[in-house]
Amino acid sequence: MAETLSGIEKLKAKVGVRWQPREYPIEGEMIRRFARAVGDPNPLWKDGTIAPPTFTLAVGFEQFVEDLMKLTPFNTVLMGSTEIESYQPMKPGDVITVVFKISNLRERKGQMGQMAFMSFESTYKNQEQTLVAKCRQMVIGY
Amino acid sequence: MPPDGYRVLKMSMQLNYQDVRKGDEVTPLVKEPTPRQLVMWAGAVGDYMPIHYDQEYARKRGLKGIIVHGQLAGAFLGQLMTDWVGKEGALSKLSCSYKGMNYPGEKITLRGKVLRKYVRGGEHFVECAVWAENPKGEKTASGTATVVLPSGDDDKGKGRKRR
Repeated sequence: MAETLSGIEKLKAKVGVRWQPREYPIEGEMIRRFARAVGDPNPLWKDGTIAPPTFTLAVGFEQFVEDLMKLTPFNTVLMGSTEIESYQPMKPGDVITVVFKISNLRERKGQMGQMAFMSFESTYKNQEQTLVAKCRQMVIGY
Repeated sequence: MPPDGYRVLKMSMQLNYQDVRKGDEVTPLVKEPTPRQLVMWAGAVGDYMPIHYDQEYARKRGLKGIIVHGQLAGAFLGQLMTDWVGKEGALSKLSCSYKGMNYPGEKITLRGKVLRKYVRGGEHFVECAVWAENPKGEKTASGTATVVLPSGDDDKGKGRKRR
């Protein structure tokens, strides 16, 4: 097993740096698909009127993880923790601007060899520049 | 004063701040995710890590088999709380750590308990401990959730306005 993860230096250089903002137009079907995946029959989101607070996880995370993998090609990324603060529900027609930032990164030798523990933060603003949600997560890459 | 039956009916429809006591149990929610549900989740959030759909890959990565996405367990905890607070309430904060693996085909029981309640800025908050249990009763995820509820006192208005 290598002493250090390949490409980890590129990721370390990103700590504290804000990612380029990305825009995500929210559609009713995205919300309904999310609710079906959770198996949540709540009429508020089953019909796509508003999104549940955890819908935040469906906005921009895919691209962020892709970016991480381009810098450091992990075999696996596991979730360590999730924190979501929701100030107002996202709804169809919103255009959400997401900004990610890695706040902390450390390497540790684990059962599966060298592992990276990454904490990151993300903010979610709507088209009126209102902050609608914040998220803090920790992932383990190895 | 409305008759007692009316009050019971009203409570069953909407949880109010004044009805909540420290130590109260959040109505549990039981989930039993299938591999299909994991694929649906993967598509809904764009998480295509093979440990959630490829058995052989998952075993090579040191796991017993494919595992439930941590964030899906987090979303289940979100549902636990939004079910409990009803349509006049709102989940304002959810935080959880993933401590163990959940496997598809196994029951996940989502639970919560009221830790404290407080009023801040005119809003009525209830903070709960929340967790997910596997069939052995082990906590595979745990954290806290903060919800906003209507006061239940008609003079003090409703819960969080939805904009």
